[in-house]
Amino acid sequence: MKVVVDMNKCQDHGQCVFAAPDVFSMDDDGHLVHVSDPDDTLRDEVEEAADVCPLQAIRIEG
Amino acid sequence: MTGRVVVAGASMGGLRAAEQLRAAGWTGAITVVGDEPHMPYNRPPLSKEVLAGKAPFASLAFTPKAATADVEWRLGTRVVASRLAERTVALDDGSELPYDGLVVATGMRPRRLRCPGPLAGRHTVRTIADARELRDELTRPAARVVVVGAGFIGCEVAATAVGLGVREVTVVDPLPLPMVGPLGDLLGRALLRRHEQRGVRFALGTGVAGFEGEERVTGVVLSDGTVLPADVVVESVGSVANTEWLDGNGLDLTDGVLTDEQLRVGGRPEVVAVGDVARFPNARYDGVSRRVEHWSIPTDTAKHAARTLAAHLAGGRPDPAPFAPLPTFWSDQHDFRLQSFGAPVLGLDDVRVLDGDPAGDVLVGYHVDGRLVGVVALGGHGAAMGAARCRAQLLKQPALTA
Ligand SMILES: Cc1cc2nc3c(=O)[nH]c(=O)nc-3n(C[C@H](O)[C@H](O)[C@H](O)COP(=O)(O)OP(=O)(O)OC[C@H]3O[C@@H](n4cnc5c(N)ncnc54)[C@H](O)[C@@H]3O)c2cc1C
Repeated sequence: MKVVVDMNKCQDHGQCVFAAPDVFSMDDDGHLVHVSDPDDTLRDEVEEAADVCPLQAIRIEG
Repeated sequence: MTGRVVVAGASMGGLRAAEQLRAAGWTGAITVVGDEPHMPYNRPPLSKEVLAGKAPFASLAFTPKAATADVEWRLGTRVVASRLAERTVALDDGSELPYDGLVVATGMRPRRLRCPGPLAGRHTVRTIADARELRDELTRPAARVVVVGAGFIGCEVAATAVGLGVREVTVVDPLPLPMVGPLGDLLGRALLRRHEQRGVRFALGTGVAGFEGEERVTGVVLSDGTVLPADVVVESVGSVANTEWLDGNGLDLTDGVLTDEQLRVGGRPEVVAVGDVARFPNARYDGVSRRVEHWSIPTDTAKHAARTLAAHLAGGRPDPAPFAPLPTFWSDQHDFRLQSFGAPVLGLDDVRVLDGDPAGDVLVGYHVDGRLVGVVALGGHGAAMGAARCRAQLLKQPALTA
């Protein structure tokens, strides 16, 4: 599974961090960072993260 | 699995219901009926980025999920009536659609002001069509804008209009402060100051008595007799639930559609409601049923309602755990954000500053019997991080009735 975040859309709401803390986090400046090839066991979490992103900036490939 | 689930309403709630039915194991047919001509799109940018010209329509589309590829979308089609006892809905093309399961996802429409005066030049913001029309008007030179209603959408539209360079933007509200109903005095005052500093004017503590103009609105007459000149008026005075199609079934439709704690409607296991239109009890709080018009609710309700419905259609019983979401909303205005978790409105009698100060970034807590029930952050990123930390505490709180 590949996780793609459109950083032009992302507004650092952080909802994805609540949904999938193993994949998404905030850096010290409050900007989103993410693991781009997480383990497939995290798929449900990542799908949840994509659903709760207010900007719909998260895409899952594969 | 055979049979059909009909989803009435093709916006976020309808889409999430279809997706979550598949996730819950429903493999039968799903037909989503929606009166707008578009596939479901994301509404929050309509009063912000779309109005500001920063987000094209295509960017609002939800990404399709593979599991919903076989969902039938009947767009541009309205559900006009229903007979729940016979399990059918009637569509505006004259056809009848039988169902085994029904999802109510018809949402809200803007409430309109009923006072004398012309209609032309008066706008609401709920659909992409509304936002496009309003944007065209706001970008005309010399537009003077009056926004009626200092709630979330009114304040967002006012902020966006100022950002577009509109010189005169005035917000009118009978209440003494913006957003005071859901957020209380402390944040109301902080928001008033911030909006005024950025050029929004306010006429508070006064309602609207009528509109001036022949063909098109030229002014707004306030209840104290003052006339505010206006080329464009935006009415953001709340919303009305789209439930007329459910009339005649003996349902409680006083404000949206009443559900039980499994989101079932009218005691029927085969009918559930999701999104803005659902008036549900939240087991986290006091047992009172409420509608919640936050973006997080269509997804939360769809998850729970789809499990309820899929279990019933498979001949089983729903998971007995009652629906207990942690509400969350945000609002972007000018250069600041409001971020909320929990139910601030329940704790308006005991509001405390938890961090920061109302003139800058601030984190505000709302309490019932000394117990935190909601937090709202106003400001930049630091405030939002503070709210996020409180979220964990709110999730752990025992139910209010406990
Ligand atoms: C301008 C705007 C800005 C917002 N900003 C924010 C924000 O910043 N933060 C936040 O938390 N929330 C925000 N929200 C709220 C959020 O967008 C809503 O909670 C969400 O859209 C509700 O989705 P829904 O599917 O329940 O209802 P709706 O989106 O109202 O969808 C209902 C759909 O059903 C259709 N329909 C109605 N009657 C019928 C019928 N009889 N037959 C067929 N179809 C029918 C409607 O046309 C509509 O397409 C905003 C809302 C708006 C309008």
